[in-house]
Amino acid sequence: MIIAAIGVLILAAAPWWAGRAELRLLGEIYLYLALAYLWNLMAGYAGLVSVGQQAYVGFGGYMLFALTMFGGLHPIAAVLAAGVIAALLSVPVAALIFRLKGAYFAIGTWVTAEVFRLSFAQVSSLGGGSGSSLPVNVVKSLAASRSGREALSYWLALGSAIVVIACVYLFLRSRRGLTLTAIRDSEVAAAGLGINIWRTKLEVYVVTSAFTAIIGGLIFLQKLRISPDAAFSVNDWTAFVIFIVVIGGIGTLEGPIIGTILFFLLRETLADLGTVYLIVLGVLAIVIMLKAPKGVWGLIRSRFDLELFPLSYRVKTDTPDKGA
Amino acid sequence: MPEPILQLRVLDAHYGDFQALFGIDMDVSDGEVIAIIGANGAGKTTLMRSISGLLPNAAAQIVYRGQPIGALRADQIAQSGIALVPEGRQLFPSLSVEENLLIGGQVGRKGPWSLEQIFQLFPVLKERRNQAATTLSGGQQQMVAIGRALMANPDLILFDEISLGLAPVIIKTIYDALPQIVGQGMTAMLVEQDITKALSVSSRVYCLQEGRVSLEGRTETIDRDDITRAYFGTES
Repeated sequence: MIIAAIGVLILAAAPWWAGRAELRLLGEIYLYLALAYLWNLMAGYAGLVSVGQQAYVGFGGYMLFALTMFGGLHPIAAVLAAGVIAALLSVPVAALIFRLKGAYFAIGTWVTAEVFRLSFAQVSSLGGGSGSSLPVNVVKSLAASRSGREALSYWLALGSAIVVIACVYLFLRSRRGLTLTAIRDSEVAAAGLGINIWRTKLEVYVVTSAFTAIIGGLIFLQKLRISPDAAFSVNDWTAFVIFIVVIGGIGTLEGPIIGTILFFLLRETLADLGTVYLIVLGVLAIVIMLKAPKGVWGLIRSRFDLELFPLSYRVKTDTPDKGA
Repeated sequence: MPEPILQLRVLDAHYGDFQALFGIDMDVSDGEVIAIIGANGAGKTTLMRSISGLLPNAAAQIVYRGQPIGALRADQIAQSGIALVPEGRQLFPSLSVEENLLIGGQVGRKGPWSLEQIFQLFPVLKERRNQAATTLSGGQQQMVAIGRALMANPDLILFDEISLGLAPVIIKTIYDALPQIVGQGMTAMLVEQDITKALSVSSRVYCLQEGRVSLEGRTETIDRDDITRAYFGTES
């Protein structure tokens, strides 16, 4: 806990010790970390395997642009508002796609994201298909100087990642988290015990969608430019996120951290190789899925009985001879 | 005759095109212990799944305390006071024994059963409360499954093959606990392959054969030869 606090402090001080490129990279890492936690909560705990989360990333990004440009909101207020609107929007979307199960659900989420992309491409005031840049006065409203703005968007990224991780952790520790785990373990038994599976999943979906839109807003606050293809990219906002969660360890709280570190290590070392980089990612994902379906964290955990986020049962002293 | 708690009216059940139950009629009175016996594939588990809402039916086919509940979802039925101890136990492997039990209590129904009461009924669970539920022996797991259903303080509890795959001595322990459970005024329906066991704890018995009721009667007056015929479908 203390180590974590010191680590966060060192990271929070990054604008004073890191260069601009590193700052940007770290900010990106935090936002990916947050996306990975959200997807992990949805797929790894609630069993909602969505391949359409880019719908909310892009929606959040576009809401940031629309609300600041036409609504005159402060960028941070716009990002938060984007989260609220995304939550409202996710309810009817869920009513539609929750009728689908398994692979059909996954396809349904993807189709939804495509609908979002095509819809925003129709809005000519937001640049239509070619997109638009955040106007200078909006950018200036964030902070007067460039370094001030970069530091602020860095802190926003760090802060949002910490908030998301803390929320996911506390949620899973709560009573509702217990029911969520129960549903994942056995839907039949959970339903038979009076757990409303549909409502629990809906809650998870709505909350994840809201947070994903907030992260999306922050992503495009960093980028300052948006276009439908970038905002609703299935590669950037879903495939990479799934990669992170799967190689890190789906359904664990530590997995996304390891996955994010691995992903960025690979990206920073292999990005110059072009397509080969994507092939390497793909092969690695396949190997991990086949050889270690619980991801890298699963491997570590089976070797050393270790937990960064104490979530599962601990064998207490009553029965010292029994292993969990 | 006490008030009927559960009435089945011409209950059919289907798995896709396959029909598993054909026009089942049943009346269960408050406080009764009903045994449901029958060979493999007779429809016993299907019956349990229908009553507990895991299989959808027409509303009027299942009437609970005068309310048609056949079309309700499983969680709504659980809220209304019917608990299922499912076949194969279906414990939550990621959760500890205590957490499994607590999940059962989250419907928030008032009644005599609490964590303490369950630990009194099955003291071994108290020792193992922090262990992963699936690290327990089969018999202890069955105790967790029963305790988890009791935590909901149901008015009607459904036991689906609670002795399946357990050693006779364990089965005895579990069956010895049954009178303490139903003694609290709970109504119970018990699916069982072991006819002797089933008859020893129940007041009335239904025998199913290929999705139909082939025999019904009071336990003390029923004839063993009739049961054999109803069970195997050998008309003499």
